[in-house]
Amino acid sequence: MSAGTSEPHDAAYAHVTGRAIYVDDRPAVRNAVHIAVGTSTVAKGVVESLDLAAVRSAPGVVDVLCAADLPDAIDIGPVFPGDPLLVDTQVAHFGQALFAVAATSHQAARHAATMARVSYAASEPMLDVAEAIEQQHFVRPPHRMQRGDADAALATAPHRLSGELIIGGQEHFYLEGQVAHAEPTEDGGVLVHSSNQNPTETQHLVAHALGLPMHRVQVEVRRMGGGFGGKETHATAPAVFAALFATRLDRVACCRYSRRDDILLTGKRHGFVARYDVGFDDEGRILGIRHLLAGQCGHSPDLSDAIVDRAMFHADNAYYLPAVQIDGLRCRTNTVSNTAFRGFGGPQGMLAMETVIDEIAFALGKDPLHVRRLNLYDQHERNITPYHQTVQTFTVPRLLETLAQEADYAARRAEIRTFNAGSRVLKRGIALTPVKFGISFTVTHLNQAGALVHLYNDGSVLLNHGGTEMGQGLFQKVRQIVADELGMAVERVAVSATRTDKVPNTSATAASSGSDLNGMAALNAARKIRERIVAHLIAQQNADADSIQFADDQVSYSVNGSAEKRSWPEVAGAAYRARVPLSATGFYATPDIGYNREQAKGRPFYYFACGAAVTEVVIDTLTGETRVLRTDILHDVGRSINPAIDLGQIEGGYVQGLGWLTHEELVWDDKGRLLTDGPATYKIPAISDMPIDFRVALLADSPNDEATVFHSKAVGEPPLMLAISAFAAIRDAVASVADYQVFPRLNAPATPEEVLRACDELHA
Amino acid sequence: MIRFLLDDEEITVADAPADLTVLDWLRVHRGRTGTKEGCGSGDCGACTVVMVSANEDNGLRYESLNACIAFLGSIHGKQLLTVESLARGDDLHPVQQAMLDEHGSQCGFCTPGFVMSMFALTESADAPVVTRAGPTPAVASHSPRGEDAVAVGTHPGASRPLSSAGGWMYDLHTSDTKALSHRIDRALGGNLCRCTGYRPIKRAAAVALADRRPFLTPDKATALSDRLRALQSDSSPSDGYLRPQSLAELASLRLQYPDAPLVAGATDLALEVTQQLRSLPRIIAVNEVPELQIIEHEDTVLTVGAAASLSRLYDVCAHCLPEVAKLLLRYGSDPVRNVGTLGGNLGSASPIGDWPPVLLALGATLILQRGVDAREVAIDDYFLDYRKTALDAGEFIRAVRIKLPPANAVFAVHKVSKRMDDDISTVCAAFLIQRDADGVVQHARIGYGGMAATPKRARHVEQMLQGTGFDKDAVERACAVIGDDFQPIGDARASAHYRLTVAANVLRRVWIEQSSGETRTQATDLESYYLDASDRAIDALAENGNLSA
Repeated sequence: MSAGTSEPHDAAYAHVTGRAIYVDDRPAVRNAVHIAVGTSTVAKGVVESLDLAAVRSAPGVVDVLCAADLPDAIDIGPVFPGDPLLVDTQVAHFGQALFAVAATSHQAARHAATMARVSYAASEPMLDVAEAIEQQHFVRPPHRMQRGDADAALATAPHRLSGELIIGGQEHFYLEGQVAHAEPTEDGGVLVHSSNQNPTETQHLVAHALGLPMHRVQVEVRRMGGGFGGKETHATAPAVFAALFATRLDRVACCRYSRRDDILLTGKRHGFVARYDVGFDDEGRILGIRHLLAGQCGHSPDLSDAIVDRAMFHADNAYYLPAVQIDGLRCRTNTVSNTAFRGFGGPQGMLAMETVIDEIAFALGKDPLHVRRLNLYDQHERNITPYHQTVQTFTVPRLLETLAQEADYAARRAEIRTFNAGSRVLKRGIALTPVKFGISFTVTHLNQAGALVHLYNDGSVLLNHGGTEMGQGLFQKVRQIVADELGMAVERVAVSATRTDKVPNTSATAASSGSDLNGMAALNAARKIRERIVAHLIAQQNADADSIQFADDQVSYSVNGSAEKRSWPEVAGAAYRARVPLSATGFYATPDIGYNREQAKGRPFYYFACGAAVTEVVIDTLTGETRVLRTDILHDVGRSINPAIDLGQIEGGYVQGLGWLTHEELVWDDKGRLLTDGPATYKIPAISDMPIDFRVALLADSPNDEATVFHSKAVGEPPLMLAISAFAAIRDAVASVADYQVFPRLNAPATPEEVLRACDELHA
Repeated sequence: MIRFLLDDEEITVADAPADLTVLDWLRVHRGRTGTKEGCGSGDCGACTVVMVSANEDNGLRYESLNACIAFLGSIHGKQLLTVESLARGDDLHPVQQAMLDEHGSQCGFCTPGFVMSMFALTESADAPVVTRAGPTPAVASHSPRGEDAVAVGTHPGASRPLSSAGGWMYDLHTSDTKALSHRIDRALGGNLCRCTGYRPIKRAAAVALADRRPFLTPDKATALSDRLRALQSDSSPSDGYLRPQSLAELASLRLQYPDAPLVAGATDLALEVTQQLRSLPRIIAVNEVPELQIIEHEDTVLTVGAAASLSRLYDVCAHCLPEVAKLLLRYGSDPVRNVGTLGGNLGSASPIGDWPPVLLALGATLILQRGVDAREVAIDDYFLDYRKTALDAGEFIRAVRIKLPPANAVFAVHKVSKRMDDDISTVCAAFLIQRDADGVVQHARIGYGGMAATPKRARHVEQMLQGTGFDKDAVERACAVIGDDFQPIGDARASAHYRLTVAANVLRRVWIEQSSGETRTQATDLESYYLDASDRAIDALAENGNLSA
């Protein structure tokens, strides 16, 4: 069996030997040009003059493009317009693209890009989310979800509290920055090699920019050096720049952002302001709640409508809210347009809800785990979400109880309180939080995928599908699925680069859906080939229909009761000679989902992926520095297609979430310039940040009730939110400073400065 | 002329610009693209390569290096190894095999850098001893279609439990887990991975140490050492990248080209090229001047040549200045420490350098030389203003004399930053407090970094402590005047308020640790307990087979 085993990543050998080719590793092409982008140095204003003479005459410069050079303005907004490729006159954020320069080397282009003389009539930028809420400064209209009468429930609840949480954004910091190479083709089109989660979208926008039909533009993605959502829409600009210069100059054009340019030019995870007003009973059971979730979208819509929606979809997390109203705001600020990032708004909505739970527990003097248990969705009643989907197959109760027991939560919590009473400087904290994450694109039509499988007449298989590989192991998982369906050794199946001319009209590899969608599409294609071989064996080899087996890397069957075995080269060769078609396309569309956004009702999610984590931390109350001491995770991936890959997603997602909630801080100055524009100041987790004691397990015996591929569950995004337990644990540790009498107002990220501020606020 | 070995191939570069980086030479000039650029500023480690040098004792030294901020001239006389160098045919090097077996790569972009840092670790003289030990529990394998699909408590090869702390030490043995953990973190602290969360990488490092085999046979190592020595001795000049071979030659070049930057490790200077896009047509490299490489420890004085690497200095400090050794572990990363120098830290005169507070507290002196004239300048008189020093035109730092703290003095160093590994200080402070037999403070010298335009002593705070019994009241009175010493700025790292608060709090920590006998005041003090706990958890795991039956 190929599926279900911990095979290495399909490119592991290439990774460790340095043979894996990323876009910028492609063999140098004679005469290629290299592109750099010149960017704005004000956050808001009008470009009064753009003098590019010095750029044009800089050493090595071949060509320069600004908005005035384009026949029509190019807008690369993925859903709604608002993202000009190049600023015409209105600057909307610091670091926005004003012009692009092509030169004979990367350095020459970067150097030339600094030579422009630009004058602006600068105006006061909008930088603050609270102010944007106040002024109703939005990129898209507000949206509401509701069930029951929240106001009435709040008015009559025995207890009521309200609060606000400020949540920071996050830079993707994929190790490989944005990059695209474009080659002109003989028919006037281009072939684009791109580090890209969304090749079809880029194909579409490149074709649009060049005024060509899509069939003249092809996009190839072999792999990304990390994506995390940051290459879902923001990979398009470098591809369009490269395509424009490639066709203008009839030369290969390479566009690779330097790290600083990448951080300034591309969107990040949305910061949020979350406000809540909750009513509850003496035990801590929620009776009614109002959530306000205001996302910092930046200057344009990008994907923010769906992202704030997903924050709203997760403002319940794992809890039943009997009377609920959730308002989502899409705040326009003069900052880079924020975009998809692992969790897609879900983490921010969930963090708000877990804060509500903690504050209720505090108000009642109860263990937060007690309040969590009390409010979990039930199996039969109390199981309707704020968007009116019924929660089915909800594994959180089982995860929670198993984990609380195996991680020894109660005893450790008691021991920590004893420790804290006797420790002046160091304070420890612990928290257990669950994750329930909705699986499917909430824009229903995106839930489709295609695949292409070839069986060659030597018995080897080439697999192609519409999903892209960004390190998540998608290629390996789908390869195992195909090998499994055909009963062949996994080595017999090769996976080729994602290309828009092999599988068309694909959705982004996003929303944790890669394996669910592409795995099913590939399975569909492989099954067609298998069925053709079965028909061929019956018709032409007289095989007994019931006897045919695809297993152990061969095909076995009986002919009139006598056993026959054929190797794959034999099977494929015979089928080829019998003129059986050995290539098949596969397709999949997620069944049974649908969502009416106007009514905010329906079943947006095919199922929920769940997990739970206990994190124990220590804080240093002199400096606010924190350290994760121990983390226990139990996560439900259904029946795992590849346990090692799933484990990698869980551990990696947790640590990435830990970065978001602790060290990773985006700092702007009062003019809207991002100060944390490189790894010297923007600190993603390093090796010492890994929990000292880190225990992770997959939930046993939990096949997906829905008919997903091998009854597995999506794993890309959900584990990131397990790190909310670390944030809650830090808050628990801070609370010890005032002997657990005051709820700490801790905002995210819990940097040393923020932790110290929260501690000192309790002292005051 | 720059001469070095790339693997076994002898390379001679005659006409490269002085500021060409090793990374650009590899990727652009040579088309050898396994080594990646992740940041171009030495902060992510994707470009890590290994530089092999011939030792004084005929041995070889393998050191990791950030290729993106190393000038090509800096590898003159060395061997350059990249991720492509390690496998022999289809036979992977143990670090590569371990990274593959342990699922240490996901997107793979950081992988070459990790492989090279790990390779340097396995080849280092003090590589920890790790052995494979203990039984491997049999865990049921998992069939997604099977009726009896059981817990997925399996790891690659369906034989090891899924547990991370256990994951990294499981079935391995070492004499001191904490020391091993720190050694691996030290070797890999300059490599960022955004995908894995590090557990499988740390595991791979431990496995690679267990499976370690020397990269070269003794014969081949000797031959390589001879070859490198021969290359090194070629001092034929090059136009831009000047490599003086003696103190006199350096002194005269410095006078001849007073505007040419001096460079040792280039870990700061190279950023002007890769980040500010300046071009540096002429550079004077000080590395090959023997007098600048000395490290002498005599009684109470440590004399350090300006170009001695921080890694070498770490080894010395581990014995004579343990507080500083601890600081050095949080100073950049191994690839930075392997080439970065004390002289560079003082020459660049950054207000956030980590050495100056230490030197201010210890009352160090600098030996400056101009032509044939040398003078000794107290560290107190060296920093004049933001990135301005007492160095005259044509002058250079030859060495630093550090007085070691007296045995009965309180000497403490505290660095505060957002992240543990490879982060620039928000505040760094060093304290030397000498008391007489009655406990009365006779001398207090306190140096701070990150608090002003230059590294600076906290003279008001020192005065407030003078003559006191270093008791709580005295410390609080001293903390109250810190604002008289410093008016720090707020920036990307922290606000001015935080800097002032923490500057006082680290002094409070010194007092707490001195006065109360409270032994656990720093988060690292708790590590052993959790490392041991994970060991115990793994023992239990081995008995049960998995975590979640």
